[in-house]
Amino acid sequence: MNDAPMIEVSGLYKIFGSNPDAAMPLIEEGRGKDEIFDKTGQTVGVHDAELSIREGEIFVVMGLSGSGKSTMVRLLNRLIEPTSGSIRINGRDVTSMSHKELIELRRRDLAMVFQSFALMPHRTVLDNAAFGLEVAGEDRDKRRERAMEALEQVGLDANANSYPDELSGGMQQRVGLARALATDPSIMLMDEAFSALDPLIRTEMQDELLELQRRQARTVVFISHDLDEAMRIGDRIAIMQDGRIVQVGTPEEIVTQPANDYVRSFFYGVDISQVFTAADIMDKQHLTVVERPGMGVRAALESLRRHDRDFAVVVGSDGHYEGIVSADALARVLNESDEPGFRDAFESVEPVPTDGLLDELIGRCADTAAPIPVVDGDGRYRGAVSRSRLLRTLDRTSDASSEATENAGGSHE
Amino acid sequence: MSEWLENFRIPIGDWVESVVAWIQDNLTGLLDGIAAVIGFLTDSFEGALMALPAWLLGLAIIALGWWRVGWKFGLFAVAALGVILGMDLWEQTVETLSLVLAASTVALAVGLPIGIAMARSDLVESLIRPVLDFMQTMPPFVYLIPAAIFFGLGTVPGAIATVVFAMPPAVRLTNLGIRQVNKEQIEAGLAFGCTRRQLLTKVQLPLAMPSIMAGVNQTIMLALSMVVIASMIGAGGLGNTVLTGIQRLNVGLGFEGGLGVVILAILLDRITQSFAPGRRG
Ligand SMILES: Nc1ncnc2c1ncn2[C@@H]1O[C@H](COP(=O)(O)OP(=O)(O)OP(=O)(O)O)[C@@H](O)[C@H]1O
Ligand SMILES: [Mg+2]
Repeated sequence: MNDAPMIEVSGLYKIFGSNPDAAMPLIEEGRGKDEIFDKTGQTVGVHDAELSIREGEIFVVMGLSGSGKSTMVRLLNRLIEPTSGSIRINGRDVTSMSHKELIELRRRDLAMVFQSFALMPHRTVLDNAAFGLEVAGEDRDKRRERAMEALEQVGLDANANSYPDELSGGMQQRVGLARALATDPSIMLMDEAFSALDPLIRTEMQDELLELQRRQARTVVFISHDLDEAMRIGDRIAIMQDGRIVQVGTPEEIVTQPANDYVRSFFYGVDISQVFTAADIMDKQHLTVVERPGMGVRAALESLRRHDRDFAVVVGSDGHYEGIVSADALARVLNESDEPGFRDAFESVEPVPTDGLLDELIGRCADTAAPIPVVDGDGRYRGAVSRSRLLRTLDRTSDASSEATENAGGSHE
Repeated sequence: MSEWLENFRIPIGDWVESVVAWIQDNLTGLLDGIAAVIGFLTDSFEGALMALPAWLLGLAIIALGWWRVGWKFGLFAVAALGVILGMDLWEQTVETLSLVLAASTVALAVGLPIGIAMARSDLVESLIRPVLDFMQTMPPFVYLIPAAIFFGLGTVPGAIATVVFAMPPAVRLTNLGIRQVNKEQIEAGLAFGCTRRQLLTKVQLPLAMPSIMAGVNQTIMLALSMVVIASMIGAGGLGNTVLTGIQRLNVGLGFEGGLGVVILAILLDRITQSFAPGRRG
C-alpha cells in the first residue's frame, strides 16, 4: 500500500502503580527499574518505547520475563492504558480515542492470540471462532459462515462442533488463530501464542503462521522469549530489556551485531542451523560454466585448471541450474567418450532451495565433497555452499560475540 | 466503685427498641411491600404445588431425579417419596418445599445482582463483604426476631427470615466466580471488542457459572434449614412437625419430621447440583 508505518509508537511509557508521577523524575534521571521500584513502589513496565511497524511484516518482540513484552503489546490495543506517549495505528491516534472508538478499532482492525489460548470452554469451536463477529453484532448466519472460513484456513473445519477441551493444545491454538482471523483484522497481536505448545507442534504452528502470511500478509506483532522462534518467523525483531527497547533489526542484524551483552546472551543457546538459510551463506562467485555451443567439456576443464578449482557449476544459457562437475570427472569423460558431454560428468548432488535451512545443507555436505548448489523457486542457479564454507558459518556462533564487539555498530543504542 | 459498676448500663436494648419503633412508624409502606411480594410468592408456589395431585408431583420429582442425576437416584426418589407418604407427611413436605422455593427465588433474585455488582466494583465489594460476614456469623434463629417484630407470626415472616439467611452464599459465590475468571479470557473478551455488558454476559457469567450454581445450591440448602427453624414463628411445614415433637416430647413424631427434612434435603441437593455445568453449559 504505502510506506507509512502500520503501527507507530513514540515516547511510550507505562508505569504500574498508584502514583506514576512519582516515578517520572527518577526515570528522567536515568534511574534503573529496580531502583525506581525501591524508592517509589512504582513498576516501570515500558520505558520510552519507539517503534515503527510496517504493514505486512511479522514483527517479533523479544525479551526476558518481566522485560515488558506483554505490557507493550497490550498498550497497542489499550488493554493497558499508557501512562504517556503516543500510539498511532493506520495513522490514527489510539491514545486519544474514546471508549467507543476504541471498541470499534478492536472489533475491526486488531485481533489477539493468547498464550493460554483463552478460549471459551462453554462454546463450540465454531462459536469460539465466531466470537469477535458476534460481539461486533454480525448476524448468526453470516458470522458462522465467516468463522467456518477461518476454521478452514487453519484446517479445523471438521472440528467445528467440538468443544475446546476435546482438542489438543495445538488444535486449541488453531481455534485461537481462527478466532483472530475471522474478523479479518489488519493487525494480529500474538502474545507468546505458541509458547505453551510442545516443540514439534510449536514449529508446525510457526510454519502455519508463515503460510497464512504468504496467502495474506497481515501486520503481526508477535511476542516471544525464544530467539529460535523469533529468527524463524520474524521479519524484524525488537529486543526489550527492563521495559526499554534496546535493539530493533532483522534476525541477522541481531545475531551478527548485537547491541549489548543482554542481546548477545540470547543466542548462546541458539541453533544457528535453524536460523540461517542457504541464501545467507552461499558463495555467489563460485566458478560456473555456461552450457552453450562452443563451451564443451574440454573448455570447461581448461577453465577449472586455470582457476585452480576442483568443481564447476554448469548452468544453462537461461540461468537454469544443470549440474555440477569435477575436474576429475571431466577428464575421465574426455578419455572414455568420443562425444563427451557434461551430462556424463555430473555429480550426484541435489540442489537446495534458497530458503533451505543449514540443517538440510549439513546432511548434503556429509554425502559429497562437491559444493551444494543453491537454486531459487524457478530453478535458476543462485550460488553454492562448500563444506568449508558451511563449517565456517557453524563455527561463527562461538565467536560471534567477539566479532560483534569489534564492529560494535548495532542499529540502536 | 462497685456501686458505679452496678449502676453502669449501656441502654442498647432501649436504642434498638426506639429504632424498631421508628421503622414501624415510618417505613410501614416498605414493610408492607416486602410482605406483599413474599406473601404472593409463597402463596403461588404453595397453591401451585398443592393443586397438583400427589402422584403427579411425586412423579415429576422422580422423573427429574432420574433424568438429571441417574436411574439409581430415580429409584431412591421413589423410595424416599414413599417413606414421606407413609409417614403421612406429604402435605407438610410440600408446604416446606414451596416455602424453600419461594424464599430461594427471592434470595437469588436479590443476591445474584448484588454478587455481580460486587465483582465489578472493589468499592461495592468492600462495603458488602462485612455485611455478609456479619450475616453468616449470626445464629440462624436470631433472624427470627426482627422478622417476627416487623412482620408478625406466620409463613410470610418465616419466608423473609429465610430469604435473608439464605442469601449470602449466592452473593459470595457469584462474586467469587466472576472474579476468578482467567485474566486472559477477560482480555480476550475485551481484545475482540466487548462492551462492559457483553463482557459480563458473554464471558464472565458463563465462565463463572459453575461457581454461581454452587451458590444457588447452597442458598437452597440454607433455605431448607432455615424454613425448618422458622416454624418457631409459625412458618408451618415439616419444621412444625419437628417442633411439635419437641414440645410434646414425642420422640417418634420429632424423628419422622426430621427424616422428612433429610429426605427433602437430599432430593434438593442432588437435583440442584446436577444443574451445575461441569465441562460446559
Ligand atoms: N498489572 C500490573 N501491575 C503491576 N505491575 C505489572 C503489571 N503488569 C505487569 N507488571 C510489571 O511490569 C513488568 C513487565 O511485565 P510484562 O508482563 O509486560 O513482562 P513480560 O515481558 O511479558 O514477561 P513474561 O515473559 O513473564 O510474560 C514486570 O516487572 C511486571 O511485574
Ligand atoms: Mg508476558
